[in-house]
Amino acid sequence: MIGFPGFDSTLFDDLLRVQRQMESLFGGPLTSAIRSMGAAAFPPVNVGTTPEEVDVYLFAPGVDPNALDISLQNNVLTVAGERRVIREEGASYYRKERFDGEFRRVLTLPEDVDPDRVDATYTDGVLHIRIERKESSRPKQIKVN
Amino acid sequence: MSDKTELTTTQGGDVQPASEQQRLEQIVRPAVDIFEDESGITVHADMPGVSKERLNVKVEGDTLTIDGVADIPMPEGMEPLYAEVRATHYQRSFTLSPEMDVDQVDASLKNGVLTLRIPKREEHKPRKIEVKMG
Repeated sequence: MIGFPGFDSTLFDDLLRVQRQMESLFGGPLTSAIRSMGAAAFPPVNVGTTPEEVDVYLFAPGVDPNALDISLQNNVLTVAGERRVIREEGASYYRKERFDGEFRRVLTLPEDVDPDRVDATYTDGVLHIRIERKESSRPKQIKVN
Repeated sequence: MSDKTELTTTQGGDVQPASEQQRLEQIVRPAVDIFEDESGITVHADMPGVSKERLNVKVEGDTLTIDGVADIPMPEGMEPLYAEVRATHYQRSFTLSPEMDVDQVDASLKNGVLTLRIPKREEHKPRKIEVKMG
């Protein structure tokens, strides 16, 4: 998410740098989110919030969007699918860095998301899931009489 | 740097915003698969979020460079909660060897995966050598 034009990219940078520093100092964080998967998970995920919605971005290039299984139970989001890299037989491979196989990512979102108001789009290999927050938890202007 | 220099630079309007500078510094190497068959070399590179307009593939001398910037739609005022992706500028270079035909490189982009096909020059395609019985 860092470096997206029109967005204060340093925020994610800072957050991630602190995460990385903690992990390198202590050989992994002493406390980590119970559903976190470490640095090499596929697809990598960024999450951002506004007062109105929570935005989840999964960087999953080369995936058939129709074969994705996305579910939201209360505030727990699960995205499962697979990416099959077709290997050419008889060719000599010099590098095989890309993820190949099934994946499942489970994320705990803020508790006030509304499971009935979700939409997902897949563009250029990025899956963007947008979940609105419940009306009751949005900030309200309070007038002083 | 003296105060004066900084002031002058700022007034000149040449200073990039911090986020822009950060973006230039933060470059990720896209994950790649590379294989070779009889007719040439194929490269697959993961570049999620990059559209055709923001992709640049070039050959300079014997160096092939792929470069792309992801563009992700974000609502105004979004604050980060959690981030595993630290940069959206992808770049990676490869040194080619002379038997590759750089004029015939073919690039295609689909769902954030770049496919490059670098054919070998005709005279370098392998020929089967028959072993004659003595």
